[in-house]
Amino acid sequence: MTDIADIAPLAPATPARGGRRLRLTRAGWVGVAIIAFWTSMALLAPVLPLPAPNASDLAALANPLPSAAHWLGVDLSGRDILSRIIWGSRTVLTVAPIAVAGATVMGALLGLLAGYYRGAFDSVLSRISDVILSFPVIILYMIILTRFGASALNIVLVITVTKAPIIYRLVRAMTLELAGREYVAAAQMRGEGAAYIMLVEILPNARGPILVDVCLRLGYTTIAIGVLGFLGIGLPPPTPDWGGMVRETYGMISLYPHMAIIPCVAISTLVIGFNLLAVGLRRRTRRG
Amino acid sequence: MAEPLLRCEGLTVDYGAGEGLQRAVEDLSFHIDRGEAFGLVGESGCGKSTVALAIMRYLGSGGSVSAGMIRFQGTDLASLTPSQLRRLRGAEIAMVYQDPLSSLNPVMTVGRQLMEVPLLHRTRDRRQARELALGALAEVELADPESMLGRYPHQLSGGQQQRVVIAMALIAEPSLLIMDEPTTGLDVTVEAAVLALVDRLRRRHGTAVLFISHNLGAVGRLCDRVGVLYAGRLVEEGPLRQVFDNPRHPYTRGLLACLPSVDRDRRSRRLVPIGGALSEASRLAVGCAFADRCRHAVDGLCTGQPILLEPVTDESGHSVRCVLSDRLPDFRWPAEDASPLTEGIAAEPVLTAIGLGKRYDLPRPAGGRSSITALQGVDLQLERGRTLAIVGESGSGKSTFARIVLGLTVATEGEVDFHGANIARLSIGRRSRDLRQRLQMIFQNPDSTLNPSHSVGYALERAVSRLHGVRRSGRRAAVARLLQLVQLPAALAERMPDELSGGQRQRVAIARALAAAPEIVVADEPVSALDVSVQAAVVNLLQDLQAEQALSLIFISHDIALVRYMADQVALFYRGHVVEAGPADAVFAPPYHPYTRMLLASVPDPFARSTAAGPREAGTVSSQEGGRGCPFAARCAWRVDGLCSEVDPPTLEPSDGHRIACHLGLQELPRDIAST
Repeated sequence: MTDIADIAPLAPATPARGGRRLRLTRAGWVGVAIIAFWTSMALLAPVLPLPAPNASDLAALANPLPSAAHWLGVDLSGRDILSRIIWGSRTVLTVAPIAVAGATVMGALLGLLAGYYRGAFDSVLSRISDVILSFPVIILYMIILTRFGASALNIVLVITVTKAPIIYRLVRAMTLELAGREYVAAAQMRGEGAAYIMLVEILPNARGPILVDVCLRLGYTTIAIGVLGFLGIGLPPPTPDWGGMVRETYGMISLYPHMAIIPCVAISTLVIGFNLLAVGLRRRTRRG
Repeated sequence: MAEPLLRCEGLTVDYGAGEGLQRAVEDLSFHIDRGEAFGLVGESGCGKSTVALAIMRYLGSGGSVSAGMIRFQGTDLASLTPSQLRRLRGAEIAMVYQDPLSSLNPVMTVGRQLMEVPLLHRTRDRRQARELALGALAEVELADPESMLGRYPHQLSGGQQQRVVIAMALIAEPSLLIMDEPTTGLDVTVEAAVLALVDRLRRRHGTAVLFISHNLGAVGRLCDRVGVLYAGRLVEEGPLRQVFDNPRHPYTRGLLACLPSVDRDRRSRRLVPIGGALSEASRLAVGCAFADRCRHAVDGLCTGQPILLEPVTDESGHSVRCVLSDRLPDFRWPAEDASPLTEGIAAEPVLTAIGLGKRYDLPRPAGGRSSITALQGVDLQLERGRTLAIVGESGSGKSTFARIVLGLTVATEGEVDFHGANIARLSIGRRSRDLRQRLQMIFQNPDSTLNPSHSVGYALERAVSRLHGVRRSGRRAAVARLLQLVQLPAALAERMPDELSGGQRQRVAIARALAAAPEIVVADEPVSALDVSVQAAVVNLLQDLQAEQALSLIFISHDIALVRYMADQVALFYRGHVVEAGPADAVFAPPYHPYTRMLLASVPDPFARSTAAGPREAGTVSSQEGGRGCPFAARCAWRVDGLCSEVDPPTLEPSDGHRIACHLGLQELPRDIAST
């Protein structure tokens, strides 16, 4: 009774089109290279032949401009700028990923719940996220960090809370759409629990846009951390911190511009790196 | 010989270049005379839409005409300047696409969009343009053209939208109208009405039509001549009746043999799918592209040498691209190889719906509530091992019925009796594993039925373990067994859904539904998104599985021919009501409910001898709300004023188990389906 003939031959496996392997555009790879550069600098900081980031070379103060001894010059306290930049990258590259990871986990979970259950729960969460998003972030940072102190933990927490609503909105919208797919109904019909449906059936299909957004959030968080440092509510001195470096030296910008510009360039390159990666990922996910 | 209106000569269209080059159309030659309707048929990927785009010179940056030429009224289209081309499009050649909504601008009224055409192409003033727009709307038989002018596209039904698009195409009086799947996605009755309209219009204005479709029945209704495309090549061409009645190419024969037909059911004939699939290799092959799927193919004769489109002996105007065509046996309907049946099983009911209803409450902005009735007073019975087909147009409540049975939504009144328990108000979350395992579903859309993030093996394993409680060690074997059941190779378990064809995905979905040996399977339009040749194979598979496992099947479809083929029992839904129900043989034989008659008259059947025009769309579904009276009254040609729209119709029983809800007496019910 079997119509053996009607079995269509297997379509050839096409790894080029397979959605599982991550593929990037050229711009995306440039972003990866920039991020990899800063990550390796941060990791290698202890073994690189650098002066200690907080050691003052008072002799160099006579001529703080870049020299053979201090490749990027020294700051107002005679500290080596190259060393402080490299040690400072450790701050950004620890705080930003942890804060964004926190925001992503929180935003994605709440977004899944709101999009899957809808109703009053969704309304309440969505209004709360609207309130957070409409509040001027800088003022929120200042209130919270001056009240509770500028520790690394508090910075992570405040960024988590302010970035989570953005991820929440994205995941909620995708969940609303994906929950109507037939494979979700099929899962319900075999008796899967709500947690399984949200995490295994829905979330993986939202991963492309989430990944893109995470990269964008990393860029914005890098800026936010710089701003906190610049406002003096970042990590307390003398911890090397890019934003703090700008704050300490911007008064001298007409005399010794390199002191403020070099940390600014560091911040910009890292932000551009994250953005390029996001763009590169977006192109690919849109096509798939 | 006079120059035809349109002539394609050796047309070859490629997409991409270099290594990524894909040949979409190869060496295509055909012509369309003035006033003639030419049908181009083929399955998805055969290049039929590319032909339309090439004629309109809309190929875009990716595609290019790499050989051959297209002459329109004697002029080579490739030689036209952009401004000449712009004048030609719309004024001389107009196009109607599949989705009317994508052709209409949602923020402009119908009137403005219609008036744009005459204002652009001829120097007319606004008043004249308005007159023309009114005339065009009247011509496409839309009621109340005046008010139609002021409406926006979203305020119209799908059929009305497509009529407006046709009016837009015809308003400049083009000499060639290109229609690319213009009726796909419309309900059958609307499709029939649109086809009849196009037929009348072209006869009145002498407009030539290039009708592109996968639907042989629709082509048969409209066209004088037909061309069959396979892998970008024209494999057969000729006058419609010659090609359909005496097909010379094995592919054309295959296409016809895999179609179900209204006057044949599975007891008399089994569908014959075309084996295999079009592969990239055979698309590029020098010889016959169909050779590797053809059972007549002779190595060396069919392959290795170019095969030309040659005239069929003794038949003028009929040509075929097959070296064996003279040696093929005469075309016969496939042998009386009936599908296995489940008639040995005693007819006992497994599922009974009594007075089932579903109302959706809608909060009204002004406060208060209104409700929409999706289903009302539905009495149905499904018997063990049999197929209950549910037929109806979109919005008739057929999917709501299925969703209630499965617990994906709950009823607001009535009950569904399953082994003595009422499951009508038991949502899926409250159903026991045992109950869930007994009722499963096959979904419509092959693109979303499987989770794109999960491999085929994972999807099936999960179903087996959740519904059957199979231990980890046994799952692999269970998956292999399921894949074998739906005739797929075991290696497929490793694949992701995007690596499978639509037919393969639908087979996996069937395997998933059968993972735990259910009693009842609900199949919601399981094959409507598939090509006909694939459709036949999946239908056969369903039938075989039903016979093997004594499955009871609820089969939801808008395809009357397919329902005729599959069903033991049929229920016709109209706006949430069952208007006629009973054994398939009784429902598809006189007397008919007026709605059944209208559906049957609308079925585009390539085997029908006459190209009788379908019924006119007698009014459209009005938005009257949960009122009393017959739901079909507004469209019914037999309507008794003052009775039908006021009083609920009584149920007539012409024979045992056959119910018709109608005010007409048994003797007055329509008995023939010829056009009124």
